[in-house]
Amino acid sequence: MKSVFNRLVGLAVGVALVGAVNVASAADLSGAGATFPYPIYAKWAEAYKKQTGIGLNYQAIGSGGGIAQIKAKTVDFGASDKPLSPGELDAAGLTQFPTVIGGVVPVANIPGIKPGELVLDGATLANICLGTVKFWDDASIKKLNSGVNLPHLAVLGVHRSDGSGTNFIFTNYLSKVSLAWAANVGAATSVEWPSGIGAKGNEGVAGNVKQTQGALGYVEYAYAKQNSLTYIRMINHDGKAVDPTADAFQAASAKTDWAHAPGFYVTLTNQPGANAWPIAGATFILVYKHPADVAKTKEVLNFFKWAYANGDDMAKSLDYVPLPATTVNAIGNSWRANIDASAVP
Amino acid sequence: MLDLALSENIAALPTRDAALKRFGRRDARFRLLTLAAALLVVAIFLGIMVSLVTGALPALKAFGWGFLASSVWNPVTEKFGAFAAIYGTVVSAFLAMIIAVPLGIGIAIFLTELCPRALKRPIGIAIELLAGIPSIIYGIWGLFVFAPYFQVHVERGLIQVFGNIPYLQDLFAGPPYGIGMFTAALILSIMVLPFISAVTRDVFETVPHLLKEAAYGLGCTTWEVMWRIVLPFARSGVVGGAMLALGRALGETMAVTFVIGNAHHINESLLAPATTISATIANEFSEALGDRYVSSLIALGLILFAVTFVVLAVAQIMLKSLERRSGGKSA
Repeated sequence: MKSVFNRLVGLAVGVALVGAVNVASAADLSGAGATFPYPIYAKWAEAYKKQTGIGLNYQAIGSGGGIAQIKAKTVDFGASDKPLSPGELDAAGLTQFPTVIGGVVPVANIPGIKPGELVLDGATLANICLGTVKFWDDASIKKLNSGVNLPHLAVLGVHRSDGSGTNFIFTNYLSKVSLAWAANVGAATSVEWPSGIGAKGNEGVAGNVKQTQGALGYVEYAYAKQNSLTYIRMINHDGKAVDPTADAFQAASAKTDWAHAPGFYVTLTNQPGANAWPIAGATFILVYKHPADVAKTKEVLNFFKWAYANGDDMAKSLDYVPLPATTVNAIGNSWRANIDASAVP
Repeated sequence: MLDLALSENIAALPTRDAALKRFGRRDARFRLLTLAAALLVVAIFLGIMVSLVTGALPALKAFGWGFLASSVWNPVTEKFGAFAAIYGTVVSAFLAMIIAVPLGIGIAIFLTELCPRALKRPIGIAIELLAGIPSIIYGIWGLFVFAPYFQVHVERGLIQVFGNIPYLQDLFAGPPYGIGMFTAALILSIMVLPFISAVTRDVFETVPHLLKEAAYGLGCTTWEVMWRIVLPFARSGVVGGAMLALGRALGETMAVTFVIGNAHHINESLLAPATTISATIANEFSEALGDRYVSSLIALGLILFAVTFVVLAVAQIMLKSLERRSGGKSA
């Protein structure tokens, strides 16, 4: 009898403790959305909690879910890989800003071709994906690669079958550089692919490309780098051939005219700049312009302000590309212009 | 403890009738409790149906019956049709059953009738372990190990061998990707094999020894005993196991999405990429933007529900008619 009583007391104490923990965590920030930036948000949050004691509960449920959750006001901020258009933002009373840049890198498997040896431009890449360029020794590819010994090998396109920000950035780029792509396929987190096979996730695309001679796919920069895949160099907006490096992604953002891009509605594809990698995109945070809980939104903005100032090395360690200083300044201006002054740190 | 309580209660009660009433009330309470448990299942089922239907309504309203017939799946223009996914789901599950049912029955026959005692347990445990492997493991294994091997050593051969035979050349046409409908069906058949063989083995073991021994005594071969005695006796159990497997094959998600190629096209060739309903939902739901897109994916879920229901209902009807016919014959 006594032992039962002791156990009950223990249980009660335990419940009380859990309750106390819950009370403590009520001050934590909550966010939901894109899966792509989850690792860096988690890393920032850990460091931020050590400094300030404020934690972040981020649920990587996908961009669609993130947008739905912030609209339902169940989270303090939403996160999306695809920027909302100014119209969509206004309709919901939201504003958005970018956090980190991700790049997309085309990878291939052609016998005898080493990483970085092959060069493509946007139009040719689009024609390959449309299925109009069928062989690797096609005249349009040869023209860009004089001196490279290209075999007569059929091209097999491998795309991401799961809806993803990577898909959006890649198809957005193809839409910008190819009228045929824009008219027939378009840009979205998943599209109706004219040819090729769909593989799940970066690992699925990379696996299929590795296994199939003649395959052409695209993966996130971090994935391509960590697995040393045979990447393809791209000819950018300025006509220069560039390698996919962290600097080249940052360059894609450096010359972007954020001031004339209401709500940061810019995808960093095909941006000007001699060193700019053409297939890049930022991932975004969504908050209310006139938040119901001003203090909470202020905490959210404080967190990202801290991350812009202190988080670059952490981002680089995970192969994300931090925003250039000009972009961070533009974000500060946008906060002051769009969000209630009492909520801006 | 309980016995003690009961006898105390009886002693305390003035009459036997009161005790009986008390027990009756207890039984009634127990019946209510189990009824509630059973009703919970019905409530969950109805809840899922209601949420699926309400979620799917916008898409069904927008596309009408055309949703079932169209194989366009274009998130950019927001035009959706389920036919390619339905086709892929049914064909991949059907192919998997063609492969797995004979294999599974073969395993069960070996285990119950022919297997040396020392091998019985190891093989039985191996099959049960196969059932315990999570489907994501099958998917990864299928993509990284099985598909490359299959591509080089099997698909190229199939394309060459059937290259000039009418019909078959269409079934095995095209470049060998390694992944596609056929690979998905093979992986599925491996996944459902344990269900079929385990259930079949268990029903085979319920066949009375008397029947089998009598048949052997009459001079039947092992083949005749299996085919004429054991299989007819265990028929409904075997079909039940196959149905369980078919249900799993229709709904399997993760393993299929890794190896089927996820293309919203219908292709005659079994080597070409295809997609299934559950693979489409798993791939696209998390990043689906726009009400019509999400609603179309939920409508796919509703259709999978309906497809599974129809397939299982047809199987039940087949089983009934099979039983009636054999019953008539023996009488």
